[in-house]
Amino acid sequence: MKPWPNFPGGEVRSAEMETFWRLISLQDHNTRIVLAGACALGAAAGLVGTFLLLRKRSLLGDTLGHATLPGVAAAFLVAEALGYAGKSLPVLLVGAALSGVTGMAAVILIRKFSHIKDDAALAIVLSVFFGAGVTLVTAVQQLPGGNAAGLDHFIYGKTASMTTSDAMVIFGASLAVAVMCVAFFKEFALLCFDEGFAGAAGWPVRLLDVVLMTLVVVVTVVGLQAVGLLLVVALLVIPPAAARFWSDRLGVMAVAAAGIGLLSAALGVAASALFPRLPAGAVIVLCAAVFFAISMIFGARRGVLVRSYGERQGMVRLRREHLLRAIYECAEELSSPEQAVSVSQLLAKRPWKRNALRREIEHAAEAGLATAAVDGGDVQLTGRGVAEARRLVRNHRLWELYLLHHAEVAPARIDRDADLIEHVLDPKIVDELEALLDSGRRETFVPGNPEKLPT
Amino acid sequence: MTWTEIDTWIVVTGALISMACAVPGVFLLLNKQSMLGDAISHAVLPGIAIAFLVTGTREPLPMFLGAVIAGLFTGVLTEVIHRRGRVESGAALGVVFCSLFALGLVLIRLAADRVDLDPGCVLYGAIETAVVDVNPVPQIAWLSGGMLAVNFLLAGMFYKELRISAFDPALSTACGIPARWMQHGLTVVTAMTTVVAFESVGSILVIAMLIVPGATALLLSPRLSVVLGLAMAVAAFSAVAGHVAAISVIPAALAKLTGFAALGAVSSAGMMAVLSGLTFFLVLATVRLAQRRPQ
Repeated sequence: MKPWPNFPGGEVRSAEMETFWRLISLQDHNTRIVLAGACALGAAAGLVGTFLLLRKRSLLGDTLGHATLPGVAAAFLVAEALGYAGKSLPVLLVGAALSGVTGMAAVILIRKFSHIKDDAALAIVLSVFFGAGVTLVTAVQQLPGGNAAGLDHFIYGKTASMTTSDAMVIFGASLAVAVMCVAFFKEFALLCFDEGFAGAAGWPVRLLDVVLMTLVVVVTVVGLQAVGLLLVVALLVIPPAAARFWSDRLGVMAVAAAGIGLLSAALGVAASALFPRLPAGAVIVLCAAVFFAISMIFGARRGVLVRSYGERQGMVRLRREHLLRAIYECAEELSSPEQAVSVSQLLAKRPWKRNALRREIEHAAEAGLATAAVDGGDVQLTGRGVAEARRLVRNHRLWELYLLHHAEVAPARIDRDADLIEHVLDPKIVDELEALLDSGRRETFVPGNPEKLPT
Repeated sequence: MTWTEIDTWIVVTGALISMACAVPGVFLLLNKQSMLGDAISHAVLPGIAIAFLVTGTREPLPMFLGAVIAGLFTGVLTEVIHRRGRVESGAALGVVFCSLFALGLVLIRLAADRVDLDPGCVLYGAIETAVVDVNPVPQIAWLSGGMLAVNFLLAGMFYKELRISAFDPALSTACGIPARWMQHGLTVVTAMTTVVAFESVGSILVIAMLIVPGATALLLSPRLSVVLGLAMAVAAFSAVAGHVAAISVIPAALAKLTGFAALGAVSSAGMMAVLSGLTFFLVLATVRLAQRRPQ
């Protein structure tokens, strides 16, 4: 054992420091066990939860967890009736798994044979099975020597008092789940993103679904008795939802979800070891919730900040394009695109506010696209501005023509904000449209081709 | 089995609270918000805990307010995460209610010196002990009846608005009935009903009372007014039948199964949920068979 290093200027070791040191150095056997078990569960749940989230079935874990209760109680009753000890863990786990599977079957049954929505089916099975569970538990409590203390753990868990064998079970199950997830990664990905295609391509979709559900059942049942219902559900839902903000790639997301689950579990166990009054399971959930909040705001892929920045950039670009096109079209009506136009002409062109227009003109002037006379006088495009505006106007008019001639869209619905036609349409069609634009056959509301782009 | 005055009150209270739950439940179903009941029933825990920590009493009014605010908070937070974060709505709900429930557990544990709040009683509920103060009517029966009256009145007053916002939110908003505000209102009513139901049936079984009668009724009729009536009938039936089964049939059957003759009554609230579930599956089977026959 390493001695605690003395702080400069003080030899006092407070009891809290001692506890902290014991925790950090993992000296406590118990802390090690709980940490290993919780982390393994967190990672496995995060991994499986990723697929659940992408299949829009996050709350399935919730229903499944509640649906195990009648199985646990019934297994206890049956075992007692047959003369065995009801409280043996394997018996209860088998009961839990059986009734969880029955619950899943009931959900599928409701989905198949009625127009009841998915979420309602989940709610029905969850509450009715839990009701049966509560009923049976009240019966178990009345049995001689059958106080339901052991069954209680299935609801709240007993994270802090996990035994070595519990941790071993969790570890083994988590490992198995992780191996299965890696082995079936491609198949599950297909299931998540295009179930119909998977079925048409000859994959056994139903079977794959059952495999995935089985993994969920394993994680839930194993987690239930060790850490409780709330924690299992939370670990299935929150880490994947948080990981979704960081990546669009399934592999990255799955690893991130497992990592967040593991880290939340580690932090939660550490916190509850430091402050023994805090319930470990609940603290783990709160840690995961903090990770979720951070991810939602700062997530690199779909986080709120990143997305609102992108939306802002889009708006700025759109407003500038509106201005350039309006100046160009006004000038074109007068004589040439280089002609200066007045603000009142521009105001008549689009429904915009005078102040917003003035601000936009200033921005365009700063960017070197237009020159503005002082005090809201005339506006003139620079050489660069004319080139840019010409490109925009051309694209726009081609779009309008395309929609008129090729897409059977009512003229009233033609979008005035079309952009980058070359990226979307076939070059052949673009050529055809250019010819149309140059010919006299154009409609009155589509003005002539400003100029062809150099090809 | 012997029928006492307590049994009468259990049946009456159970029927009243089930019917009170069934009314907002139908609209939850139509809005595809069924799991909201699940979320709210978990998420009110921190509301109750904070109300206790702030006021230091177990007076019903602060608890009630705390729970309703927490319920509304759940609804709003879920919507924010769903809209701003583009998280699928079920997952958003899961994130919110798990986190809030955990927060509630931590708060209760931290305040354990001063609080006598048992998370177990919130989870299970015990209608048998809730009605013991018979003089001449138990408080919980009054509350349940009052809640039923309020829900019935609100549903009647806003029937047209609730119906249009449930079936066509876009049209409803265009007509000047903002569907989102109707949903928030529904959330508040659901939270209030849930809190009243807590004491008698517990937080999980409330979900059965909210959703199952409405779902059963929706199997039988496409007309909203008929669905509401049927849902309340199913609710009342499963409450009565549930209690009767809990004190007679089930203990006898279990006693025969396990060989312990001395088994007493099992949880009435649990059996009420089971009976509503049985009714649902029975109706589902009947409707399917009836549809098949004419061909």
